[in-house]
Amino acid sequence: MTRQQVLDLYFLDARHKLIELAAFLDRLERAEGDGDFRAEAFRAALGELTGNKKGRAKNVQLAFSDPTTAPIDKAPGKGAVGAYPK
Amino acid sequence: MNYIEPHAHMVSRVTDDYERMALAGCQAVCEPAFWAGFDRSAVQGFHDYFSQLTEHEPKRAAKFGLKHFCWLCINSKEAEDVKLAEEVIALVPKFLNRPNVLGIGEIGLNKNSKNELRVFEMQVDLAAKHDQLILVHTPHLEDKWKGTRLILDALKNDKRIKPERVIIDHVEEHTVEMVLDAGMWAGMTLYPETKCSPARAVDILETYGNERLWLNSACDWGVSDPLAVPKTALEMRRRGHLEATVEKVVLQNPKKFLSQSKNFKL
Repeated sequence: MTRQQVLDLYFLDARHKLIELAAFLDRLERAEGDGDFRAEAFRAALGELTGNKKGRAKNVQLAFSDPTTAPIDKAPGKGAVGAYPK
Repeated sequence: MNYIEPHAHMVSRVTDDYERMALAGCQAVCEPAFWAGFDRSAVQGFHDYFSQLTEHEPKRAAKFGLKHFCWLCINSKEAEDVKLAEEVIALVPKFLNRPNVLGIGEIGLNKNSKNELRVFEMQVDLAAKHDQLILVHTPHLEDKWKGTRLILDALKNDKRIKPERVIIDHVEEHTVEMVLDAGMWAGMTLYPETKCSPARAVDILETYGNERLWLNSACDWGVSDPLAVPKTALEMRRRGHLEATVEKVVLQNPKKFLSQSKNFKL
């Protein structure tokens, strides 16, 4: 696809998602209390969107990922929360 | 267009889904054994589940002209209990000669614990001893990158395992390359909220090529879409991909991998 075709096909969808992200950050800021590590992880991942570094989707995924390499002693439960406390 | 759904948990779906998949061109549905949404209290629960996968579900699919195949194992979410896992693993060989069984799966990791890894290696050993294909579940969200690495290391350490007979499922942007580099197949799961969207899955195909990659819906009891594969085929067409390329990804690729099992016939 040409760059023009990508814009024609995906611009409105991406614009919609960007505004949703902005509204989420506003909502988070408006809310009371401390929250948890996910807010910081989210802001760190957002940093991967700007600049000219390639592989933004991969870098966002890595920003949320557990970077350690050894298995843990025991599973703390079954679910995942989407970010790793760094 | 004809396609194969290589990963769907049909025991969790209503009969209407079989009809909609058949209408969309689905030729066969493959169902890995997975977590029921709750922990089973004893090995008998797995006996009943394996009977459901090998006896009842193929009949339900056949009513809509769909072939039904399955994979057997204990999933990683119930693998923290090693004693139960050993009992289930001992049960699996009794079902391996059923005509719709494709191999051992979906084995893998969930939270990347020592017991999960131990049970994963026990099931890799089971697959090797019985010359079975392997379908691997990789962990969710923040645990995926680490878990995929641990899984690949364990598979590479077992010299009996041929990479081309292993599919590593639920790959995303940060894990697909390491799987393909290891010579294994990679599955992209299309979910509305997590894993891959149709657009991102096509991005991955455009970035890494269409060899040893397949698409699946992994539809189950959670937020998921049994028509995610044909919808992604539509996404490929919207971008101008040739019909032959679409067919390769949604039909020929899964057919090539699955045909390594003598039981897989369309």
